[in-house]
Amino acid sequence: MPGTKEIRSKISSVKNTQKITKAMQMVATSKMRRAQERMRLARPYAQKMRTVIGHLTEANPDYRHPFLQPRDEVKSIGIVVVSTDRGLAGALNANVFKQTLYLMREWQGKGASVSLCLIGAKGLAFFRRLNVPILANVSHLGDRPHVKDLIGTVKVMLDAYREGQIDRLFLVNAQFVNTMTQKPVAEQLLPIESIDTEGLQEHWDYIYEPEAARILDGLLMRYIESQVYRAAVENVASEMAARMVAMKAASDNAGKLINELQLIYNKARQASITKELSEIVGGAAAV
Amino acid sequence: MAEQHTIHVDIVSAEGEIFSGDAAMVFAPASEGEIGVAPRHAPLLSLLKPGEVRVQTPDGQQHFFFVGGGAIEVQPNQVTVLADTALRAKDIDEAAALAAKQRAEEALRDRAAHITQAEALAELARAAAQLKIIERLRKLRA
Repeated sequence: MPGTKEIRSKISSVKNTQKITKAMQMVATSKMRRAQERMRLARPYAQKMRTVIGHLTEANPDYRHPFLQPRDEVKSIGIVVVSTDRGLAGALNANVFKQTLYLMREWQGKGASVSLCLIGAKGLAFFRRLNVPILANVSHLGDRPHVKDLIGTVKVMLDAYREGQIDRLFLVNAQFVNTMTQKPVAEQLLPIESIDTEGLQEHWDYIYEPEAARILDGLLMRYIESQVYRAAVENVASEMAARMVAMKAASDNAGKLINELQLIYNKARQASITKELSEIVGGAAAV
Repeated sequence: MAEQHTIHVDIVSAEGEIFSGDAAMVFAPASEGEIGVAPRHAPLLSLLKPGEVRVQTPDGQQHFFFVGGGAIEVQPNQVTVLADTALRAKDIDEAAALAAKQRAEEALRDRAAHITQAEALAELARAAAQLKIIERLRKLRA
């Protein structure tokens, strides 16, 4: 039986760990709320963008932008992977990577090569061990990602698409379903598949300044950027939610551990008292 | 009749809503020159240069917003400014893209350097697990 002193120091060390995990849980909770709010704020921009682009494409059926034009032959694909910068977020990153690998294997099976664009330090650490070209990377965006930090990374992929280096572009991130559930999702960024043209029955057209093609180009680029931004913000929300749950579990486990250790400690203490007593009694009897 | 004298203005950016309300007049730095939009303007779509969007509310107040660029959509009773949060120009975008590429290249080049403690520990755990498996396989074979 271990000495009582050792058990006591073990208990205090577990208690300290529990304090840290509890603090992390609370920090993650408040950060998650803020990230959710930012997700909400990003929505009107993307929606408005979609309707304007939808209208533009409807009004100019003769002009086909490369971003809207599906390519028959897919020789290579690009994947934008959004991951977190820090760990201790449960299986969040592992799930995103699994989804990515699944997507990679699916396309490699069809004979397409894969290049990656990584957002987040964890993704970089994971994928650089694989033998896959990484075209662009940005990490340490913090808890408040900004569009301006993503522009360069997205542009690399858009340029690769324009030049025909990649024929399709995907985006993988952890979707925030609710506090308990974060689902890894892969969606196609390019070519843009679904531009809702419903509700655009009225056949009027805009005055364009400059010409429609240039406006469409600018809008499509910003639209993709806003999609990636949305993914980055959503990933932060997911990260915080996952960390919150993981830290809650860790705190609970620490509590259980403390209870068990306390029991062992009490037993050890009781045993030593009994032993001492029996020694005294034995000693007295001998005299 | 109030609708005819005012126009609804929404200024949104990817990171959030900047302004929403009614206006008597809106001025924006369109790419071909400053434009003023009054209620019942013809539908217009234009790109914006970095500059200032000025909103005149019906009670005579003026609001100024800086936009780094973006686009403006005008419908007879609705103006939407899709504002950029970042200052953009071709060379700035180009530089950012280059930086993103470089980061990726650097990361691929120094596989060992710039390794964080957490990564090192994870690497160590992975190596230990592999060793364990090798040991077990040896035992099985022996």
